[in-house]
Amino acid sequence: MRFKHLHELNTICTAESKTIAQLMIEEQVQETNTPEADVVKQMSEYYQVMKEAVRKGLTEDTTSRSGLTGGDGKKMAEYIRQGETCSGDASALAMAYALCVSEVNASMGRIVATPTAGSCGIIPGVFISSQERFGWTDEHLVNGLFCAGAIGYVIANNSFISGAEGGCQAEVGSAIGMAAGAMVELRGGTPEQVVHAVGLALKNTLGLICDPVAGLVEIPCIVRNGLGAVTALAAADMALAGVRSAIPSDEVIDVMLEVGSAMPSRHRETAQGGLAQTPTGRKMMQKLAKPKAKRAEPEETSETDSEAPGVQPEMDEK
Amino acid sequence: MRFKDVFSIIGPSMTGPSSSHTAGAARLGRIARQWLGCTPERARLTLYGSFADTYQGHGTDLALIGGLLGYVTDDPRIPDAEQYAVEAGMEVEFYTSGLPAPHPNTVKIELWHGERECSLIGASIGGGSVSVHALNDFRVQISGEFPTLVLRHADKAGVLASVTSTISSSGVNIGYMQVDRKARDGEALTAMEMDAPPSEEILKRLRSLDHVLNIRVIDLKRGVDPNAV
Repeated sequence: MRFKHLHELNTICTAESKTIAQLMIEEQVQETNTPEADVVKQMSEYYQVMKEAVRKGLTEDTTSRSGLTGGDGKKMAEYIRQGETCSGDASALAMAYALCVSEVNASMGRIVATPTAGSCGIIPGVFISSQERFGWTDEHLVNGLFCAGAIGYVIANNSFISGAEGGCQAEVGSAIGMAAGAMVELRGGTPEQVVHAVGLALKNTLGLICDPVAGLVEIPCIVRNGLGAVTALAAADMALAGVRSAIPSDEVIDVMLEVGSAMPSRHRETAQGGLAQTPTGRKMMQKLAKPKAKRAEPEETSETDSEAPGVQPEMDEK
Repeated sequence: MRFKDVFSIIGPSMTGPSSSHTAGAARLGRIARQWLGCTPERARLTLYGSFADTYQGHGTDLALIGGLLGYVTDDPRIPDAEQYAVEAGMEVEFYTSGLPAPHPNTVKIELWHGERECSLIGASIGGGSVSVHALNDFRVQISGEFPTLVLRHADKAGVLASVTSTISSSGVNIGYMQVDRKARDGEALTAMEMDAPPSEEILKRLRSLDHVLNIRVIDLKRGVDPNAV
């Protein structure tokens, strides 16, 4: 890839008069030695999976296996139909769709990780609601996914995108940054504005911990996806209005790494802190608890962690 | 770069609920299956860190079993993988460990089938991407994103030269290569990430080389088992 940082996305695209999506497609073709048509086809298929997840969330039962969540996306959609929303219909619809996709995920349905499953609602929520609103073609939105992917690629390789490594800021935070930046490009903003949108969005989620109740991708993940979609739209609006991220976006990504690395393990997807350990969170966990795995015996695990060579089991010959 | 391309960020298409704990787990299971070369009769899985703490809620156990059965990340059978394991005659045991692991989402997978036996230690690093750190206790760094040739061979002078010249004669480029050995003149393992899958012809020629004990292809991009005969 010709870029590792967001500022490079801006300089390359500005110098070569191309969109971030175009650059990402070119780099993907080069890096994986795959024809452009195949690369675009793969992304188009992912977009259809996202649309199908929204449809499923709006029309089918999304009660999770734990029974703790489901049906909130439908509630939001119904509420929008009833009249005046507080956040505006565009925001509310993005939120409804984001909730739908996250609920489909929690009920072990099919989704696309964007960048993770825990944050899989934000990009579809923003994209699909905006497509309906602005009348965009699928092709346009698929380009948006390449732009979002370029932003995520930079975040992932300079910081992290998993809650276990860096907390929720790495998952929901990254998804909001990706959706915000892509939305700017979809609306015709410049690469520079895209980069500012990412920084503006990420600053708002720095420090967000990953504290899933009972270790499930349900509480608070689903709600954070809904609210994340709204934040992404808001950050895109700020950048399109000309608001700049005073701290350069690449430096904000470095802060995410710093904060996530300092985060205690109980706030990194272990369910041992935060909302997971509130009195109610603990009660929910106890109701569901039925551990199946045995504790590994110390003598067996000590060899697991040793890198010292030992006598190895023989595999079959050729 | 830990994350190689746009589809390690947007994607995979997967069965929920967690890209690291479900999709990544399924991929680690599938890599272990490819390393064994067939459906295991017995599997023993030890979970560390966040995997150990939250595997049940995320369906990590189901996804690992699905991977061992050869399922890709969006296979709709993953939620019922335990039942399919019984049907496939695969016995699975899960353990959790409180010992520190190099990465919070780490699993050790040990597999058996008849005379065959192998092990793998790997981590799910986010967004469904994985990193295998050890194969049979040899140090490696494998993502499964590229076709990867794994060779067990004797630690002898000239083995690597004959292996790489055989591969280069097929015109396939090696992108990344690692070698580790148990001891001088002992057993060694070489892992090579290739720009394209090796042909049957090349695999046959590699198998016939002196001091090469065993060859496996690890490739998550291919839906079928790359070692299927």
